[in-house]
Amino acid sequence: MAKYLGKRLLQLIPVFFGATLLIYALVFLMPGDPIAALGGDRGLNEEVAARIRAERHLDQPFLIQYLYYIKGIFTLDLGTTLNARPVLEVVANAYPVTVKLALMALAIEAVMGVATGLIAGLRKGGVFDSTFLVVSLVVIAVPTFVMGYVLQFFIGVKLGWLPPTAGTDPGFKSLLMPACALAAVSYAYVLRLTRVSVFETSTADFVRTATAKGLTRHRVVSHHILRNSLIPVVTFLGADLGALMGGAVVTEGVFNIHGVGHALLQAIRQMEPSAVVSLVTVLVMVYMLSNLLVDLLYAALDPRIRYDS
Amino acid sequence: MTRDHSRAADSRGPADKPPSKQPAARQDHFFADPDEVVLGAVDTFDESRPPSSLWSDAWSSLRRQPLFWVATALTLLIIVVALFPGLFSSADPQYCTLTEHLEKPRAGHPFGFDRQGCDVYSRVVYGARASVTVGLLATLFASLIGTVIGATAGYYGGWADSILARLTDIFYAIPVILAAIVVMQVFRSRATVFSVVVVISLFAWVNVARIARGAVMGVKNADFITAATALGVSRFRILLRHVLPNAVAPIIVTATTQLGTFIVLEATLSFLGLGLPSSIVSWGQDISSAQANLRTDPALLFYPAGALALTVLAFIMMGDAVRDALDPKAVRR
Repeated sequence: MAKYLGKRLLQLIPVFFGATLLIYALVFLMPGDPIAALGGDRGLNEEVAARIRAERHLDQPFLIQYLYYIKGIFTLDLGTTLNARPVLEVVANAYPVTVKLALMALAIEAVMGVATGLIAGLRKGGVFDSTFLVVSLVVIAVPTFVMGYVLQFFIGVKLGWLPPTAGTDPGFKSLLMPACALAAVSYAYVLRLTRVSVFETSTADFVRTATAKGLTRHRVVSHHILRNSLIPVVTFLGADLGALMGGAVVTEGVFNIHGVGHALLQAIRQMEPSAVVSLVTVLVMVYMLSNLLVDLLYAALDPRIRYDS
Repeated sequence: MTRDHSRAADSRGPADKPPSKQPAARQDHFFADPDEVVLGAVDTFDESRPPSSLWSDAWSSLRRQPLFWVATALTLLIIVVALFPGLFSSADPQYCTLTEHLEKPRAGHPFGFDRQGCDVYSRVVYGARASVTVGLLATLFASLIGTVIGATAGYYGGWADSILARLTDIFYAIPVILAAIVVMQVFRSRATVFSVVVVISLFAWVNVARIARGAVMGVKNADFITAATALGVSRFRILLRHVLPNAVAPIIVTATTQLGTFIVLEATLSFLGLGLPSSIVSWGQDISSAQANLRTDPALLFYPAGALALTVLAFIMMGDAVRDALDPKAVRR
C-alpha cells in the first residue's frame, strides 16, 4: 500500500510540472501589456516601468519566469497582483465558496444518482427505469447555464422558495439551487452508470448464490449488488470533483457567487497573469489528488483489488 | 463471437431448427430449450449464413432501434437548418430596429423581438449553423489528434507510450472549460468559428486518446497481427491496415458521445463572452443577452435555450444508439 502510494505520488510530479508549465504558457500568450496599462492615458515613466518589470521578473525569458513561479509555489509566496494584493489571499478568499459549492453538488449527484440508478437498474425496463432514462437524456442535453437560469426563474423568482442569487459569503440555503444546477448533468451520468452497473451485477453468479443461501433481498441488494456496482460510479465521481470546480465558473456567473470562477474571470479581464495561473493550478492539484483518492478507495470497495504486487 | 451466435438464435427462434438432429436414443433425457442455455446458441448457429461484419451487425441492430430513427430525423432536420437557414426564415437575423424593442410575437415573427429589436425566430434558425459547425469540426479534429496519439502510444509501447501517457495525463488534469477560457482570451474579439474549433480540439482529445490506446493494445496481440508480421508486412502498414480498422469502433462511440458536449462547450464560451464574436449569430450569445430581461421576458431565453437543448439531445441520442450498436458489452434493452 505504502509502496503503491509512493509510486503514484511520484507519477504525479511530471504531471504537476507539465500542467503548470502548460497553464503558464497559455497565460503568457495572453495579449496586452498590463504594466503599460498601469500608467493610464499619461503613460508610465520608462524607468518605473522597467523597475516593476524587473521586480516581477517580467524582463526574463519565459522559462526563467516559470521557474521563479515554481519557486513561489514551494515557498508559498505567490507574489502580488498589480494592485498589490497578495495572490495567496485572492486564492484563499475564492476557494472556500467554490469548494463548498462543488462538494454540495457532488453529494447531491452521488446520493440522488446512486439511489435512482439502483432502483432503475434493479427493475430494468420498468416504468421507473424508462422515466428516469428520459429524464437523464433531457438533463444531459440542457447546458449548465441554461439549467441555472431555468431554476433561478422558476424556483427563485416565480415561486420564491430559495434566494435567486447568492452574493458574498453565501450559506447552505443560497447555495442549494446553484449546487443543483451544477450537479444536474453529472447526476444524469451517475444515474446511467449506476443503472448499467447494478443490472450487470444483479445477474452475476455470486448474487444468485447469495439469494440461494437465504439472505434477505435487502441484504443481497445492499451488501452484494450495490457494493460491487459502485466502482465505476466512484471513478466517475472522483474525476468529477475537479470538473465540478471547473464548471463552477459558469454556475457562479449565473448566481453571482464570488468564488473561483468569479475571481478567475475577473483576473482574466484585469490581465493578472499571476492570479490566473495560481487559481488554475490549485484546481489542477485538486483534480489530481481526487483521482488518486479514488484509486485508493477501490480497495475498500473491492477486497480483491490489492496494491502490492 | 458469442454475440453473433446468440443473435442468430434470437432472430430465427427455435422453430426453424427442429431438434430432429438429436439422436433418437438420447431423446428421453432432459434437453433444455436451445434458447435457455448459452450452448444452445452454438448448436443452432447456421454456418451456411454469410459471416456478418461488425458494421453490418451494428446496422441491423441500429435499424431496429426507435431511438436511432428519432435521433436521425432530428439530426437531419438540424443539419438542413444549419445548411440552408434561408429556407426556414425570410427575416435577416442581423437586421434589428430598436423601435421593435421587446415587441410581442405577431404574424411572420412567431417568437417576437429581443432587446435590440432583432427577430428572435430568425436568430434561433440562423444560430444553428455556428453550433453544428463547431460541434462537427471539433469532434473531427479532437478524434484525429486523439487517435494519432493514442494509437501511437498503444501500438509502439515502450518510451513512446511513457511519454505520450504523461502528455495525456497533463492534458487530462486541466479542465477543458478552464483552458478554453484562458486561451480564448488570446483571440479576444478576433475569434472565429475556426479558432473556437481549434481551442476545443486542442484540449479535448484526451478521452479519444485513452480509448484509442486501450483499443489498439487490445487488438495488437491478436493472431492475425502475428500472421501479418510473419508475412513481412511493415509495422506502420500493420497499424494502418490491420490494427486501426479493428480498433475504430470504440473511437467512433467516444467521438459521437462527445459531439453534444462540444456544442455545449461552444455555447458556454459564447455565453461567457469569450466565444464567437457578435458578428456570428450563436445561441450562447443570445441566451446571455436574453438573461438581462429574464424576469420580464423569460421566453426570449427559452427559445435559443430550447433550440440548443434539442440539438444536443439529438446528438446525444445518436451517440447512445451508436454505442449500443457498436459495443458488444453494452446491455441491450
